[in-house]
Amino acid sequence: MTNEAILLGLAGVLVTAAPMIFAVIGETISERAGVINLSMNGTILLTAMGGFAVCVQTGSLLWGFLAGMLIGAFVALIVAFGSITLKQNQVAIGFVLALVCRDLAYFIGNPYMGLEGQRLPGLDIPILSDIPVIGPLFFSHDLMTYLSYLIIPLAWVWIYRTRPGLMLQGIGEKPAAAFVRGANVNRLRYFYTVLGGAIIGLAGPIYSLSVKAGWKGTISGLDGLGWIALAITIFGGWNPIRAAFGVYLFAFLQWLGLVLQPSLPGVPSQVLQVAPFPLMIMALLLVNIGNTEWVARTLAMLPVPLRHFFVRLLRALRASPPGALGTPFDSE
Amino acid sequence: MTRQRWITLAFQFGALVLALGFTTLILLATETDPWQAYKYIIIGSIGSLRKFSDVLVSFIPLLLVSSGLLVTFSAGLWNIGVEGQITLGAIATTWVLRLLQGSSLPPGVIIALAILAGMLGGAAWACLAGALKTYGGVNEIFGGLGLNFVATALTLWLIFGPWKRPGIGSMSGTEPFPDSLWMPMIPGLRLSPWALGIGVLFIILIYFLMKGTHFGLRIKAVGKNIKAAYLHGVPTTRYLMLAFLLGGGLAGLTGAIQVTAVYHRLIPSISSGYGFLGLLVAMLVNYQALWVAPVAMFFAALNIGSIQLPIVLKLDSTLSGVLQGVLVLFVMLMDGIRQKITKRWGGGS
Amino acid sequence: MEIKLNQICKNFGKLQANQDISLTIPGGTIQGILGENGAGKSTLMKILSGYIQADRGEISLDGKSIRIHSPADAIQHGIGMLHQDPLDFPPMRLIDNFLLGQPGRLFPDWKSVVGEFKRLCDQFDFSLQYDTYVDMLTVGERQQLEILRLLWLGAQVIILDEPTTGISSLQKQKLFETLKLLAGQGKTVIFVSHKLEDVEALCDRVVVLRQGKLVGDQLKPFNAKKLVNSMFGKPVSLKESKGHALDRVALELRDLALEEERIQIKDIHLKIQAGEVIGLAGMEGSGQRPFMQACAGFLRPVHGHILVDGRDMTGKNYPAFKQQGVGYMPAARLEEGLIPGLTLSEHFTLAGKSEGFFINDGHWQEYTREKIQDFNIKGKPNSPVESLSGGNQQRAMLALLQQPLKLALLEHPTRGLDIESVIYTWSKLKERCCDGAAIIFTSSDLEEVLLYSDRILVFFSGKVSAPLSSRKTSIEQLGNLIGGKDWATIAAGVEVAA
Repeated sequence: MTNEAILLGLAGVLVTAAPMIFAVIGETISERAGVINLSMNGTILLTAMGGFAVCVQTGSLLWGFLAGMLIGAFVALIVAFGSITLKQNQVAIGFVLALVCRDLAYFIGNPYMGLEGQRLPGLDIPILSDIPVIGPLFFSHDLMTYLSYLIIPLAWVWIYRTRPGLMLQGIGEKPAAAFVRGANVNRLRYFYTVLGGAIIGLAGPIYSLSVKAGWKGTISGLDGLGWIALAITIFGGWNPIRAAFGVYLFAFLQWLGLVLQPSLPGVPSQVLQVAPFPLMIMALLLVNIGNTEWVARTLAMLPVPLRHFFVRLLRALRASPPGALGTPFDSE
Repeated sequence: MTRQRWITLAFQFGALVLALGFTTLILLATETDPWQAYKYIIIGSIGSLRKFSDVLVSFIPLLLVSSGLLVTFSAGLWNIGVEGQITLGAIATTWVLRLLQGSSLPPGVIIALAILAGMLGGAAWACLAGALKTYGGVNEIFGGLGLNFVATALTLWLIFGPWKRPGIGSMSGTEPFPDSLWMPMIPGLRLSPWALGIGVLFIILIYFLMKGTHFGLRIKAVGKNIKAAYLHGVPTTRYLMLAFLLGGGLAGLTGAIQVTAVYHRLIPSISSGYGFLGLLVAMLVNYQALWVAPVAMFFAALNIGSIQLPIVLKLDSTLSGVLQGVLVLFVMLMDGIRQKITKRWGGGS
Repeated sequence: MEIKLNQICKNFGKLQANQDISLTIPGGTIQGILGENGAGKSTLMKILSGYIQADRGEISLDGKSIRIHSPADAIQHGIGMLHQDPLDFPPMRLIDNFLLGQPGRLFPDWKSVVGEFKRLCDQFDFSLQYDTYVDMLTVGERQQLEILRLLWLGAQVIILDEPTTGISSLQKQKLFETLKLLAGQGKTVIFVSHKLEDVEALCDRVVVLRQGKLVGDQLKPFNAKKLVNSMFGKPVSLKESKGHALDRVALELRDLALEEERIQIKDIHLKIQAGEVIGLAGMEGSGQRPFMQACAGFLRPVHGHILVDGRDMTGKNYPAFKQQGVGYMPAARLEEGLIPGLTLSEHFTLAGKSEGFFINDGHWQEYTREKIQDFNIKGKPNSPVESLSGGNQQRAMLALLQQPLKLALLEHPTRGLDIESVIYTWSKLKERCCDGAAIIFTSSDLEEVLLYSDRILVFFSGKVSAPLSSRKTSIEQLGNLIGGKDWATIAAGVEVAA
């Protein structure tokens, strides 16, 4: 492969990863507050269709993206209502919504299939895009890709370095303690779940208005991405930067699979396409294994220096969820 | 208690009304006459004997997979990996059929062995998710999802690779099996009474298993309070794995039926979404075995009925999916509202 | 700041947690609040700190009547509370915990916050690093952090709920120094505890709560005897308890050491005969639960041996113990002991010896009916357990203990039962003793412990006393030991821990 082609390929990775970045960051925010939004797979499809449809109807890309955000926020609102106010099982509500939104997307989107829509125009950043190598790699894309760069540090700074961000960590970790410090836990949870949903709602339109322009219904290839995004959120340890790393890694591996395809004729294409998934399971395994009892027991039996080494290794890998993830809060 | 029952029923009915209302709104939004749509769905499902037999063909796998999910739900597990388990069952069945199709064994025996293999395949795939959970700490939702994708990839690889049709590797699947290896069907219809019998047999078995055996009681105990179950002597890890085994086994059986009685070959999406639909059915009936059959029948009727919607009304057939999903959603939400209101009135839930 | 509580009442359903409590605390004092478990101390403090609201009554600060609607409200009025279980955020850094909840601009001025933090640390001579993660700190250090935080937010009143549980004696010293310093600055300190020695050493005034009422009020110097009496009630005349101890040793603990979260217990040596009843006395959280859990195989000891009926069961888990005839009854009924959603009959089916694949419903219904009669449970075989009253759930759990029983470990077996039921329950338990079962139980009712035990072990802060004969021990002695006093006078077989 020529250097040119590699550069182009890597640049492509950044662009295709952009929607996933929004999805994963949005979910991270929601889960940081303590609410799992399992509807992601459906939300991405619904917002992709919705954004495309609105764009076609109004002729405006902006309205398309806004529609995506609104739809994403609305679905998240249902999740929030069901789990915070009605105290139903978050997994159940999210899962059903995942299926409903997917089918809604296919159904309502039916007349829009194959229509010509708009495409997000390319936007080279003036001086930066002229830098050799770095320029075309990072700065010759479109607006949403640039926003995807920005949202990562933005989310990080918000969560770890602002007053409200600290409270966000608090309500997800130990709502009782946050309550004692003056937080209206449930109101904040609503806010962050809906906000997270709005951010997730940007992912779909980026696909249908940019990366995989158009709405192609069941063969749009978007089905399944939401589940991957959920897994990457866990792998990312609820930390925006680590999560972004997970997204880029995944996108890179997919690209690598495509690239290596011709040079590995013996390996069927399906295997490479699906290779990220067992890797994802492997990653989840690594990330969770420190938490199991038999590992703790085995460690206790190891000689001290070896034990310390493994403990430190597991600690670095470990992704501990926010302490109160999935549990409703009652102030009584 | 009866007053309690009436209130619950009222809320569930309300959920049904809301679901229909929502679907109607969606139809109106797509500039369709809702009555037309409903009419065609009804005609499309029970309008003729052939149509109704198609409903039964769709009913059988749904019935089977939901029965298995009753067990996993009762154990407190979210067996999202059920789609992959159906697929692995289908793969195992196809493998055995291919292996034995040239042999001198009577076809009945071959089919029976193939079905058995399907059950084992599904059970094994489920145990994989179970092991990831109990020994790896990986939540069964994500373990199951990941394995679903792996199962799909495995299917594609087989269809386009070692098992591809001579000359062409196509999305239409593997080489169809000869008639002798088909499950006997009613002439003229696509329905196999054997498959129907198996479906009915297993839901009845599961009903009695969960209701009247020690096994069923222990599974329920584990699902409702795993700590207390352990205290009273239930080997909880073992029973969790057994639940996976049973759920996966029935899912595998579903895949086997799909291969031997419906498609007669392995196709890319052999599970046809029955796994997730089964999850919806199980959630809707609140894990009570008695209601699985009617709800599965209703869902199957919706599925078959909406097949012709694209032809007659230019609507996508996913309308049935919308109605099914929205129904479950509203039932859950209404149940939550009911609990909240009855708590405020001082009653229990 | 002077605090005045006037006629505070709070009920939780039928339970009267606080009854007409009136108390005036002058500014600049350290006020001690003594009482056993369930006396109402925590409820009162939760009301004062805004966590819950009183049903009736008034709170005044410096003469002005105020309403406290929430913890945030309370801190605005200058009242801050250190909870027994630290309400902080372990995965976050000290400085994050310090800052969280303080109102201010979007972007905190980290430099100045760190500066303030360091200044307060120096003022009280705490050695805390601002960028350490809280889950790496000891309990004592987490307390220090919380005190600093409350002071930074302007607290004039600091309430501490059982602060000396799980901290080292060095840290306790430091804490007391700090509190005395605060009182000297004019702040009011409220010290809630069950430990007599601590209260005597630290407080200027003491009140005693018992069963929701204020029953004692003293100034320094304190009359310990009177305090103990107020806490635990008048000594009751002891009846002759019939011992059923047999020759066989049911349980033996050799050089046992246990570790669980904040409690460490070491050097336990104990031999219990079949048919004996051992009562574990002490405040909740003093080590009784890990002790009992170890005897049932739920907790692995870090050192030593456990022998049940002569068999070495060390390192084995609960199912093995259960097979040896050990039964366990947890205190959290619906969370750990019973399965909500299942009926009584289903519980007995589950717990009983099952033969065959199918449930012989008739047999189990009959069996359940027998048990219902036998244990006087108000319920039917088909009643779901969550529909039973607390007391009946307790009886059900007792009835579910297996037969034959070699060792029964019971957490608060008669909690929630009226006096007749308590007597009835113990008669059933004594029946088991006649059959050779040994019983170990915990209870917060000292009378019950004295009346029904053959021997008593007292737990205090991870220390376990040598077994005391129930016949030769008085309520007063028990009260003292539970409060941490007089340990030198008994032959202690264990060392200080944690």
